[in-house]
Amino acid sequence: MDYRTVLTTCTYCGCGCNFYLEVLDGQVIDTIPCKTHPVNEGKLCIKGWNVHEFIQSPKRLKRPLIRRDGVLTEATWDEALDYTVSGLKAIKDAHGSDSIAFLTSAKVTNEENYLLQKFARAAVGTNSVDHCARL
Amino acid sequence: MIEKVRERVRDLLSSGEVKGFLGLSNKYGNTGPHLFCDAEDLDGLVIGDWKGPGDARYTLNKQLIHIVRKYPDDVFGVLVRGCDDRGLKVLYTWNQLNPEKVIPVGIACSQDLADACECRKPYPDDFVAGEKVEGRASDSVARLDALDVAGRFEAWLKEFSKCIKCYGCRDVCPMCFCKECTLEDDRLVNNGVIPPEIPVFHLTRAVHMVGRCIDCGLCNEVCPADIPLRTLYKKVADIVDEEFQYRPGQELYAKSPLNILMQPSSTG
Ligand code: SF4
Ligand code: SF4
Ligand code: SF4
Repeated sequence: MDYRTVLTTCTYCGCGCNFYLEVLDGQVIDTIPCKTHPVNEGKLCIKGWNVHEFIQSPKRLKRPLIRRDGVLTEATWDEALDYTVSGLKAIKDAHGSDSIAFLTSAKVTNEENYLLQKFARAAVGTNSVDHCARL
Repeated sequence: MIEKVRERVRDLLSSGEVKGFLGLSNKYGNTGPHLFCDAEDLDGLVIGDWKGPGDARYTLNKQLIHIVRKYPDDVFGVLVRGCDDRGLKVLYTWNQLNPEKVIPVGIACSQDLADACECRKPYPDDFVAGEKVEGRASDSVARLDALDVAGRFEAWLKEFSKCIKCYGCRDVCPMCFCKECTLEDDRLVNNGVIPPEIPVFHLTRAVHMVGRCIDCGLCNEVCPADIPLRTLYKKVADIVDEEFQYRPGQELYAKSPLNILMQPSSTG
């Protein structure tokens, strides 16, 4: 038997509520809001309370998909990254850096957001960076 | 206090009496539930006093149910305060836990905590640490009772209107173990729509806690809208006690009044 309560941060929005995921024999079975965390003080919204459900959802996207002849097909990370790089390069060469914008997410960490804007500004050369929390 | 608890847990684990002890642990700078399985590894064990008495209590009995559903033949220890002990009695009565497979390790609450909880019995039947302090009646219920019916209704509607329908009150409750929840029944609740219907949403839950709610207050603590749910359920419990002389968790295997009401009457 392997029972753990794993402290982690909610991925649903940018607030940063903390909870324990209850993990029994490798299966995530429940969410327990952390009472001592200063952000949420033991409280959660309905999305946070149900966060354990999507982790194991069969509908979850786990691999990159590339649209080939109009159909989304599974691809390896190398294929997907090559495809993205060549696509971005082609657009940049034809229309310039400012024809490209990046949309990042409130569901990822600060550090990941930092990396994305760095990539946008330093590698691609655009200041057009936005995120879903503005929607 | 913590040394006595640790000593008892160490004995239970090293003698092999329990497979694990479900308690609270300080880890990653926070206090949370933890299953202790090694008698030599009890350093993190705490009783859930973070900044104040009992402010880091968790719904351990609920987690115990999760574990024993998969491991029904093993014996587990669990940290209990007075309310959790009441909870165990009700959970035994409703066949959610087996008293032969649970070894509670009790602690008695401080007077400060008993006052804050307005707790009638701030200690379990048996405890290894803490002192027995006075239980008390509820001032918060008395304050609302002092209003006339219209005033009371207005006060509750004002509270309920703050609800964000997070279902946290249900999700945290150690006594909510139903597979199908009335709060998701389309005939009563507009599922997937906010705000909730008031007062139906909250009164439905209050009625459903009859014979179940052991007054632990975890729902109140978890409510992001600070709705005094505990006061509501205390009042419901008072009414049931007056009418049926029954309070959940007072006695093992006592029948809930809902069982009595469901018996077919002799006059048909
Ligand atoms: S409800 Fe009673 S037993 Fe439970 S924490 Fe409060 S004072 Fe302690
Ligand atoms: S006080 Fe709240 S969480 Fe505790 S048993 Fe009653 S309804 Fe459930
Ligand atoms: S915890 Fe509070 S806000 Fe959430 S559903 Fe219950 S009453 Fe409403």
